[in-house]
Amino acid sequence: MSTATVEELTEATAPVRFWDRERRLGVALVALGVAAAAIFGTLAPGKTARFTLSQDATGAALSINGAFGAVLFGLVAVGAGAALLARVARRWQTTLLVIGILAFVLSFLCWQVAGKFMPLVDTANGTLQVALPLILGALAGVIGERSGVVNVAIEGQFLFGAFFAALIGTMATSVWAGLISAAVGGVIIAGMLAVMAIRFLVDQVVVGIVLNLFATGVTGFLYEGLMQTNQKAYNQPPALPTWSVPGLSSIPVIGPVLFNTNVLTWIALALVFIVHFGLTRTRWGLRTRAVGEHPTAADTVGIRVRGLRYMNVLIGGAIAGAGGAYFTLVATASFQKNMTSGAGFIALAALIFGRWTPFGALGAALFFGFAQKLATYLSAVGSPVPSQFLNMLPYLATIIAVAGLVGRVRAPAADGQPYVKS
Amino acid sequence: MTATEAPAPEKKEQPAKESFATVFVQNLWSANTVVVTILSIVLAMVIGAVLIVISDSDVLKTFGYFTSRPSDAITGSWNVISSAYGNLFKGAILDPAAVSAWMHGTGTWQGAFYSISETLTYAAPLVFTGLSVAVAFRGGLFNIGGQGQATIGCITAAVAGFASGLPIVLNLIFALLAGLIGGAIWGFVPGILKARTGAHEVIITIMLNYTALLFLTWVIGVGGVHDPKRSDAISKAVPTSGQLPSFGGSLRVNLGIVLAVLVTAAVAWLLKSSAFGFELRAVGANPAASRTAGISVAKTYTLLMVVAGGLAGLGGAAQVLGTAYTLTPAVAGNIGFNGLLVALLGRNKAWGTLFAALLYGALQAGGNRMQSYAGISLELVGVLQALIVIFVAAPALVKTIFHLRAARAARLGASMAKGW
Amino acid sequence: MGRRPRRQEIPLRLELRGITKRFGDLVANDHIDITVEPGEVHALLGENGAGKSTLMNQLYGMLQPDEGEIVVDGVPRVFRSPRDAIAAGIGMVHQHFMLVPVFTVAENIALGAERTRGGPLGVLDRRRARQEVIDVSQRYGLPVDPDEKVENLPVGAQQRVEIVKALTRDVDLLILDEPTAVLTPQETDELLAVMRGLAETGKSIVFITHKLREVKAIADRITVIRRGQTVVTTSPDTGEDELAALMVGRQVSLDVEKGPADPGRTVLTISGLIVDDDRGIRAVDGVDLEVRAGEVLGVAGVQGNGQTELVEAVMGLRPVLGGTVTIDNENLVGMSTKHILRSAVGYIPEDRSLDGVIREFTVAENLVLDMYDREPYGNGFRLNPDAIGAGARERVEQFDIRTGSADALVGTLSGGNQQKVVVAREMSRPLRLFIAAQPTRGVDVGSIEFIHNRIVRERDNGTAVLVVSSELDEVVGLADRIAVMYRGRVLAVVSPDTPREQIGLLMAGVTDAVPGAVPGAGHGVTSEEGQA
Repeated sequence: MSTATVEELTEATAPVRFWDRERRLGVALVALGVAAAAIFGTLAPGKTARFTLSQDATGAALSINGAFGAVLFGLVAVGAGAALLARVARRWQTTLLVIGILAFVLSFLCWQVAGKFMPLVDTANGTLQVALPLILGALAGVIGERSGVVNVAIEGQFLFGAFFAALIGTMATSVWAGLISAAVGGVIIAGMLAVMAIRFLVDQVVVGIVLNLFATGVTGFLYEGLMQTNQKAYNQPPALPTWSVPGLSSIPVIGPVLFNTNVLTWIALALVFIVHFGLTRTRWGLRTRAVGEHPTAADTVGIRVRGLRYMNVLIGGAIAGAGGAYFTLVATASFQKNMTSGAGFIALAALIFGRWTPFGALGAALFFGFAQKLATYLSAVGSPVPSQFLNMLPYLATIIAVAGLVGRVRAPAADGQPYVKS
Repeated sequence: MTATEAPAPEKKEQPAKESFATVFVQNLWSANTVVVTILSIVLAMVIGAVLIVISDSDVLKTFGYFTSRPSDAITGSWNVISSAYGNLFKGAILDPAAVSAWMHGTGTWQGAFYSISETLTYAAPLVFTGLSVAVAFRGGLFNIGGQGQATIGCITAAVAGFASGLPIVLNLIFALLAGLIGGAIWGFVPGILKARTGAHEVIITIMLNYTALLFLTWVIGVGGVHDPKRSDAISKAVPTSGQLPSFGGSLRVNLGIVLAVLVTAAVAWLLKSSAFGFELRAVGANPAASRTAGISVAKTYTLLMVVAGGLAGLGGAAQVLGTAYTLTPAVAGNIGFNGLLVALLGRNKAWGTLFAALLYGALQAGGNRMQSYAGISLELVGVLQALIVIFVAAPALVKTIFHLRAARAARLGASMAKGW
Repeated sequence: MGRRPRRQEIPLRLELRGITKRFGDLVANDHIDITVEPGEVHALLGENGAGKSTLMNQLYGMLQPDEGEIVVDGVPRVFRSPRDAIAAGIGMVHQHFMLVPVFTVAENIALGAERTRGGPLGVLDRRRARQEVIDVSQRYGLPVDPDEKVENLPVGAQQRVEIVKALTRDVDLLILDEPTAVLTPQETDELLAVMRGLAETGKSIVFITHKLREVKAIADRITVIRRGQTVVTTSPDTGEDELAALMVGRQVSLDVEKGPADPGRTVLTISGLIVDDDRGIRAVDGVDLEVRAGEVLGVAGVQGNGQTELVEAVMGLRPVLGGTVTIDNENLVGMSTKHILRSAVGYIPEDRSLDGVIREFTVAENLVLDMYDREPYGNGFRLNPDAIGAGARERVEQFDIRTGSADALVGTLSGGNQQKVVVAREMSRPLRLFIAAQPTRGVDVGSIEFIHNRIVRERDNGTAVLVVSSELDEVVGLADRIAVMYRGRVLAVVSPDTPREQIGLLMAGVTDAVPGAVPGAGHGVTSEEGQA
């Protein structure tokens, strides 16, 4: 007869697939670790690898024997991979993955740095600086895409930002004017994107790509017309000053990197927190996320979907434009044609890799920045690997990140779909 | 939410037949695709004209005192614009001076046909890269990697060309095939990644573009590829047995354009009448329904990217075997990116892409002359090319600007918006 | 702002006068007149495609009428957006829920009317938002958990969230669009009780449906809409047959005509099937089923109990984690969908616009979507357009597909005709097994009759037929045997003569009173429902 107890559905046992994603990543890590220990370990000379805390070869340093270190970190990677193979709890998966990759990189470094030195401060600083435009670009993407508008035009926004920063900065002899006009430049491209995508319902990826080509053409054209012939009048912007926070800048490693740097760095880092807070804790954030996930639902409660999307795309444009200013006000002292060479797309990859969150984007941007910095370091240090392959590192890292590590990520559900009332 | 339609609406009255002239005029001023394309070009050139004026500092100065003597500014602007666009036309189609010289015996026929030859020369690789993008789009994939695929195609075609030692005709075929295969491999990577991991092909292909470029600069320096008699970054040259035959002399137009037309026909047939074409169109329109009907979406995506890569690779091959003959860091030029624009302008249709490629080839050829004779930067051509596509991709925008009536039957550039 | 003064329980009198809405050539609403008295439950009855949703979208400010006016308490109002409608005291619970799946209940309810802690930043006041949800939910007897993510809630709970959402906006007229489409008979009764309760507090309810049974159970007055026009406003005493005739415009037989079944060999055998859904949660939990040639096995159950995943797994569209599926003893697990279709299996997916037809393809192309690489339509390399065209014309004729020509784009067809395209495609080849999931969802009555008849005809030809439907009437009408699914298991296989209440109980998971039900798989009446 009837049972008086709450139903208990015992799950029928199912043979679970053996090679699921976690296991496969584990195998990959083990393989990488073994390769690292074996190859890097053998190739590494038995000399000391020094990771110095100061700018030069002397002074305090973390030292480790090159061959030993390569093998050691290789084994750490193997360990992480084995743990994944053994199917640990889900919470630890990402951490183990990060540890494994970190170990592989360290193993590689032990090989490369053996007999030489690697200035940690310089490396950290370089990483953060290279990542700077990526952070800003990715944040611009986060804001836009969380509201449902795909922004492939980050590259174009960078170019416009870089160009106008140089142009106006020179003409007004003011770096601040340059910075502001960089933001304006980004807004121009963003405005075009917004109108085409939201009002005219053009495919958003297509618009983004075409806008990039447009920006390349316009900046190239104006460069040839104005700057090439008269660098002094148009293309010698002042640089962003470096400011130092007294006290904090003396902390080893972190101090000089975070507290003795240009204002754009602080703006970028602050924005990460601000955007995060905004998205999770404010009315604007709630509405933005709603519009990106289920615009019809937002519409039915009276939210102006298109207006919000416009606003967010334009704000993103300003941020990305400011990111473009990095190239001409910080990294170099003048504008060159096509100087961004794909940074905008790497920022886009950082956005995806970071799962459309501000802190994720920060992490991903730092990762890609590190890849690039590593390439520069290795080529400076005279690595046997040809420089072109080293320069491929950031791009290959992006591919692996997007294809392999990320798994099937979920974009905001309405990302890329124009909102049409029906 | 749309309301499901009520069954069988009532039949409407047939309108009285209109005269041909009325229909013609009505269609002329309606927003069908031909009209939109032409108006987009016009609009782009207007903006281009503004850029020309801005970048000429002499003319800019005359605007400084526009209120007191406007005629200076106006004539100055007119001169510089007409000089620029005049040379654009002459470089692209024909130079009346050269034609009349030929008529009168003072010039050669080669001189008269020089411009057309240049146009066709530039157009040929664009047809291939454009088709690459168009075919991928029809299958629902964004192939932004045409540049990288073409670059690899350049490399494999050139190396096959100068390393094979095959005799005439065979060498050319071998090199072309090598280019096709090289591009196909470069397209296979994003295809398989998309099929297996769902990785978005936009990012992957863009990253592969930059990787291909770096690979090119490296490969040029490799022993066996690098020209031992030169110290700069240039490879050995493809011998005549591997080159696409051309008219010779100043006329650079070569067999590449003929090949392009043939491939266009093949692609058109593929899309319309082949089983694979049916599959890729189905998957492009609705992957879920295709899957339910038994079509393997993963296999289709992979094969599609291989085909698209192969087409772009063929474009690279045409470039290097038709005009460049050697590998340099800039050998692939911009043909991949321009291929994207060409496909969009051609509405992702095979023959439309061909004509769009001809237009872009014309702009390129004309742009060269515009730069040499009128001193206008070649970048303007890039701007024009992008603007045309922007306007074409948003026919609603052009409609609004020109107050066109909505076309009755035409479906305008209705691409489905996709996200990630 | 025009917001109605916030006095409790002010009854709202609503009039729609001459509302007309056109979409191009199609007149969706044609001079509609309706009055809703304060505190009444007014049902809007019409078949799929009659124009009910369009009408309500205008009432809610999502669309604007081309002609006519909306009069609230004697004052004509214009609603340019849902904000205006809400301000006038009108709320709506949509048929497809307007909830953001990844948000919590509280976030969804707060959206658009967020409580903030003041200041320009608009920082959310989460505590107040939660409290408000709890208050309203308790006041009207609609239990919801403010902190749960909507995507984790069962459908009935999601609907409660929608209602609470409307009530927190202080509405006096609530529109419910096809609310019972996704509920069990028991949940439907609960909802009807809630509606009655709300009406008694003075709220007016407009309740859109095509289900005659409910309309007679709950409505104070019924307005029948057909082809965009009001036909009549009548009382619930009107007979079901008469109401059906008013809805469709002619006499309809509500029953499916069929003779007795003559079942033969067992064609499809499903044994111990285990399948997960998209989120990795167990959806099919050890199902055993058999379908014999010449019979229709109906699978009854509310949407979301594993039927979708079951059918997809059989068709190779979803991985099978355990168990076997065989057709005439040939294994189907792990085979490609193409192979399964080629094994003389026909399949109608439950969401035709998503994965049944390709709207951008022509009717002819859709008709060969699974056969384009088979003779005579093609040889695997190229297509044979003549054969495709001829085949298409023939099938358009045979299956009464109302379209201008076989080259018309399928997207231009009505829902019912699109479904007929799918049916035509699948039934035009010899079949051993025919699987139809929700075959008449969103389809007009004429097409429903047609499709039902074809299914019976297929059965009489000796095909084994499996029909999955959440419309109990359809299952009872078509099936020779009925399997009831609940939470991934088949609780019982019963005869269609079984009293409706018993089947309803099974659908809700109650196995008590039904002989032969799987013990321990459902639960008893007296137990605590693990109510969410």
